[in-house]
Amino acid sequence: MTPPTAWTVAGVRLALQAKQISARELVAEFFSRIKSRNPELNAYLTLSTERAYAQAERIDLAIEKSEALPPLAGVPLAIKDVISTRGLRTTCASKMLKNYVPPYDATAVERLDQAGALFLGKTNCDEFAMGGSNENSAFGPARNPLALDRVPGGSSGGSAASVAAGLAVAALGTDTGGSIRQPASFCGVTGLMPTYGRVSRYGLVAFASSLDKIGVFAANTADAAALLAVIAGHDGHDSTSAAVPVPDYGAEAEKPAAGLRIGVPENYFGPGLDPEVKEKVDAGIASLERLGCRKMALQMPHTDYAIATYYILATAEASSNLARYDGVRYGLRVPGSTLIEMYRNTREGGFGPEVKRRIMLGTYVLSAGYYDAYYVRAQRVRSLITQDFTDAFQKVDAIVTPTAPTPAFRLGEKTSDPLEMYLADIYTVTGSLAGVPGISIPCGKNKAGLPVGMQIFAPHFREATLFRIGRAYQAAFDLER
Amino acid sequence: MKISREDVVKVAELAHLGLSAAEIDTYREQLDRILTYVEKLKKLDVSKVEPMAHVLHVAATPGAEESHPELREDTLLVCDVAERVLAQAPDAQPPFFRVPRVIDR
Repeated sequence: MTPPTAWTVAGVRLALQAKQISARELVAEFFSRIKSRNPELNAYLTLSTERAYAQAERIDLAIEKSEALPPLAGVPLAIKDVISTRGLRTTCASKMLKNYVPPYDATAVERLDQAGALFLGKTNCDEFAMGGSNENSAFGPARNPLALDRVPGGSSGGSAASVAAGLAVAALGTDTGGSIRQPASFCGVTGLMPTYGRVSRYGLVAFASSLDKIGVFAANTADAAALLAVIAGHDGHDSTSAAVPVPDYGAEAEKPAAGLRIGVPENYFGPGLDPEVKEKVDAGIASLERLGCRKMALQMPHTDYAIATYYILATAEASSNLARYDGVRYGLRVPGSTLIEMYRNTREGGFGPEVKRRIMLGTYVLSAGYYDAYYVRAQRVRSLITQDFTDAFQKVDAIVTPTAPTPAFRLGEKTSDPLEMYLADIYTVTGSLAGVPGISIPCGKNKAGLPVGMQIFAPHFREATLFRIGRAYQAAFDLER
Repeated sequence: MKISREDVVKVAELAHLGLSAAEIDTYREQLDRILTYVEKLKKLDVSKVEPMAHVLHVAATPGAEESHPELREDTLLVCDVAERVLAQAPDAQPPFFRVPRVIDR
């Protein structure tokens, strides 16, 4: 029997073509793994049994008829539960949408379906993608498969955990301030946040519209590239999706990393960074130099303002986006004697503490008398943070940093202090605000055996650079994953 | 103190959020800490910096492709989802969503 984490996109394809396994058997194998491990991991909230078998049947039929297979034929996938799936419950890990069944597929989901992927189910996350530990799920936290007393990270914790535990070959996640990269780092998998606008957000339940991105988790960079190739590209259903041509990521990833200039911003390595994380990321950067990358020191002077900027803008947008949950059209309704009372009761009963906190903060910074002082000021600082990236990319092809200041922390360790939880997003939110693509790749484990992630940023629409560096690194220093 | 108990009550009203007395106290304290933290943005002189609402038109990348979204043709499409949408409603009376009485007459 194949060891639990050994499947890759390319491996699935070869096995199917060689008829070593059928798509149907692959689905059965993954559901059996999920059945045995999900009770302790709580990575999946809903399984997509019927659709997975229907998709597998389509692939097996194509193999039987020796037809050309689509690019992700037979690849078992998990989908974060903030992304709409037709006919399959999409809860956003919230009581508000506990029984919500979308009437349509998100564009990314539709494209994966057409590419032959198999949908195993919907994964746990922080409620409405708000959080960094998956502890804000209304359905209980997901756990880190490498250390069950620790968080898998968040918000896309279930997606990261499912890939790390071999309960999916790859997964869709979403990243607003680090929600793909940080859990990828905590679980020891590859996590890609594409450029803002690279992947259609149609069918993604909105949290902060100027920051939300759909991205992927995978066992390695090549798999991440294969998935992005399918989901990237303009979509008429999303006016913020970019009409920028999609390069051949597979071919781009094969190009050598030698000669690329990598910038290392000094203020990403200061106080607050766990010494073992620093050691592993430093070693990762040294490895990139051995591959022929040229290291350069960088200054990104506005990094220290990123958390404050992010939490003003993201909560402002969230307070507006979440106004739609009013008990009228879908989701939970808690009755009240007047319309307003019904709204209030519904929102009191449907939202968890972190979502309420962000709605409150967002409403406050947008309210009369505070709008300019908080919201507009934060928008101006966002320009400065973006300018840091613009300036840096005049000199370098990519920026390398730690993904998170620490490895996975224990459940309950940070729940009593929301601000402390926010501060842990320090290295990821900068790129989120600038809209540039970022990837987290595993760069070793600390002494306790917890994975550490190295984050790489590239200029807008240059995901290919991330793939080149990530693939070269993973090929040369194949870590045990 | 950046935010008072009365402010919290007012914000909850604006957001149509029902909050218990205990929640009001907790949020007051937590929001106060967060608002104190974000004060650091006041240290920057941003008088000559444009506010940035989104990244779509940012030319942050020398040589990168322009990501300016194109305006699409205004084409009429069939959108036959009313029944499926209403099926999700907590209280529907097709073709309407029903809510508590708003107007007395």
